[in-house]
Amino acid sequence: MRQRLARVLGGVAVLALVASTAACGGGSDDTAGGDSCGFKIAFFGALTGSSAALGINENNGVKLAVEQYNKEHADCPVELVSLDSQGSPDQAPQLAQKAIDDEKILGVVGPAFSGESEAANPLFAEAGLVHITASATRPSLAEQGWKTFFRVVGNDLSQGPAAGIYIRDVLKAERVFVIDDQSAYGAGLADEVKKVLGSRVVGTDKVQGEGKQADFSATVTKVKNANVQAIFFGGYYQEAGLLRKQLTAAGVNAVMVGGDGVNDPAFIESAGQAAAEGTILTCLCAPATEARGTFAQDYKALHGVDPGTYSDTAYDAATILLNGIKQGVKTRQEMLEFVRNYNGQGVAANYRFTENGEMDPAEVKIWAYKVKDGKVVPDREIPKS
Amino acid sequence: MDINGLFSNFGELTTTGLTQGAIYALVALGYTLVYGVLRLINFAHSEVFITGAFFAVWTWQFLWGLNQDSTVSGLVAVGCLVSAMVVAALASATIASVVEMVAYRPLRKRHAPPLAFLITAIGASIVISEAYAILTRRRPTGMPTLVSTDPLIHIGGVPISAADLLIVASALIMMIILDIFINRSRIGRGIRAVAQDANTAALMGINKDRIILLVFLTGGLMAGIAGVLFNVRIGVLTYSVGFLMGIKAFTAAVLGGIGNLRGALLGGLLLGVTENYASGLFGTQWKDFTAFAVLVVLLMFRPTGLLGESLGRVRA
Repeated sequence: MRQRLARVLGGVAVLALVASTAACGGGSDDTAGGDSCGFKIAFFGALTGSSAALGINENNGVKLAVEQYNKEHADCPVELVSLDSQGSPDQAPQLAQKAIDDEKILGVVGPAFSGESEAANPLFAEAGLVHITASATRPSLAEQGWKTFFRVVGNDLSQGPAAGIYIRDVLKAERVFVIDDQSAYGAGLADEVKKVLGSRVVGTDKVQGEGKQADFSATVTKVKNANVQAIFFGGYYQEAGLLRKQLTAAGVNAVMVGGDGVNDPAFIESAGQAAAEGTILTCLCAPATEARGTFAQDYKALHGVDPGTYSDTAYDAATILLNGIKQGVKTRQEMLEFVRNYNGQGVAANYRFTENGEMDPAEVKIWAYKVKDGKVVPDREIPKS
Repeated sequence: MDINGLFSNFGELTTTGLTQGAIYALVALGYTLVYGVLRLINFAHSEVFITGAFFAVWTWQFLWGLNQDSTVSGLVAVGCLVSAMVVAALASATIASVVEMVAYRPLRKRHAPPLAFLITAIGASIVISEAYAILTRRRPTGMPTLVSTDPLIHIGGVPISAADLLIVASALIMMIILDIFINRSRIGRGIRAVAQDANTAALMGINKDRIILLVFLTGGLMAGIAGVLFNVRIGVLTYSVGFLMGIKAFTAAVLGGIGNLRGALLGGLLLGVTENYASGLFGTQWKDFTAFAVLVVLLMFRPTGLLGESLGRVRA
């Protein structure tokens, strides 16, 4: 009950924020002169809450894109509206409605997570508001017939098998334990891994995500007595850190392999450097250092920190929308057409979209990262088969 | 269903279940004490618990200069533990007292309806947990491993670590001290008197407000120690863990018989092992389902919980 109350309060705060920015936007309209200016793009994702780190990375990427655009177009700046979903599907519909009600918003970067996407995307589709997600990787999102859905990353169908391939071909593990957090994301990833590994999976368990479980002793006992060489965890960094710490404490030294949701400094901070060492993290993201141009430097100059996971793809998603505005897009309908026919370069990849809104499969890159000396460093690109 | 898995892991599931249960029990004492005296469920008690856990981590961080990557052993570890227990117990007791004085006492003076207490309790709980959320930027906080989790002794082939022993022993010692305090000491007699009949107790010259404050304070001390033990066991602290611990500890209190100190211990241990057996048998996703199904079924047959006897009816 307490969490729900907190969410409602958070929701009210965000609504108030949006309402106030909407009011400001209305004011600046008049000064900027009519309909061709004062457009906005929105970011939709968790900026607070237990999974906020990824959302903040993305929001910062979008901020950079908007900042750069506004420097070039000081006479007709674009405003960024950041919608904090706290990663919660419960809140997503109201937030989506807020974005839809603000007619100056021509496109959305997000929703960042798969769960909230499922709640928000139908509303966007109905309203014809384009949304480009930089990190929601659940495969089924592209199969719902939402004409407004696009993503600038691959999906779990590619990330899951890649993790499986890595466990099979690089780690050469014969006995593997698969754990997931029962989320759309975690369970989806774990299912794909199980498909690739088949009979090498000697045990499975499902834990609770979203910070709802802290004691994993039963799972740890199972893993310990299954005597495995590798553990796959489908879920987010918070549970992964707890699991890794408790596994290591119980004397389990098998390598943990996780998806991009684990790829966060908080994973290492909570597990401790020694326990986290050697963990393999797959990601649909190439390293930020691989990003083209001056992205990494510009990001650091603006935010004072290095770009994190999905900062670059979020930047690209925002850039696509901003390119639309640059080319004179004035309505949501025009923006939808623009994105659908988009073909251009970003800092992370080249983008054009399939009928379903997926990015060109040939452009999807999956990387394995490794925790080394307390840092997540690129390990290798994983082949697709 | 994995019956084989349950039996092959039975010993370890029992040990870890008892360890977790001991922590539930320590937190449950706070609910039970306050309920026994005030007939009030102090929802903010979960935050009294995380206060202890956070102050323990901060003691390690700022007093000892340790982080999640530090290795400590020997006397330093003992020093860390003892200092953290003192600081955490004091911090939790302080927060518990503040909650009583700010959120409950004024309402009591104005004879507020029970619903108002419920809402202020939830309100206080949210305020405190959100304060920690903002302070920690909602990120998990790591900490050093102070007590070895390597097997120390084997009982019937089941490995038992120093951490397990420390947690269960500390919890038991705290409970025995509390039990003696409530049943033997002058103040304990005062607490029982107020629990039985507050007005009559007041006529006999007992300062009711002071006793109530003491009850919150005692519950806070226990929760503070529980916070340290939680850290030793889990090793990562997030602002939101209080909510879960609160629900589980409250369940343990009801399971054992709310208002009953020994019931809290029994309920806590029972809940801990039930959860683990369920996880072993059906998979961890069934943990809460099974634990709460057991609670519902048990209350059907024993509506007052296992030991049923309330604080007020303890023999004078």
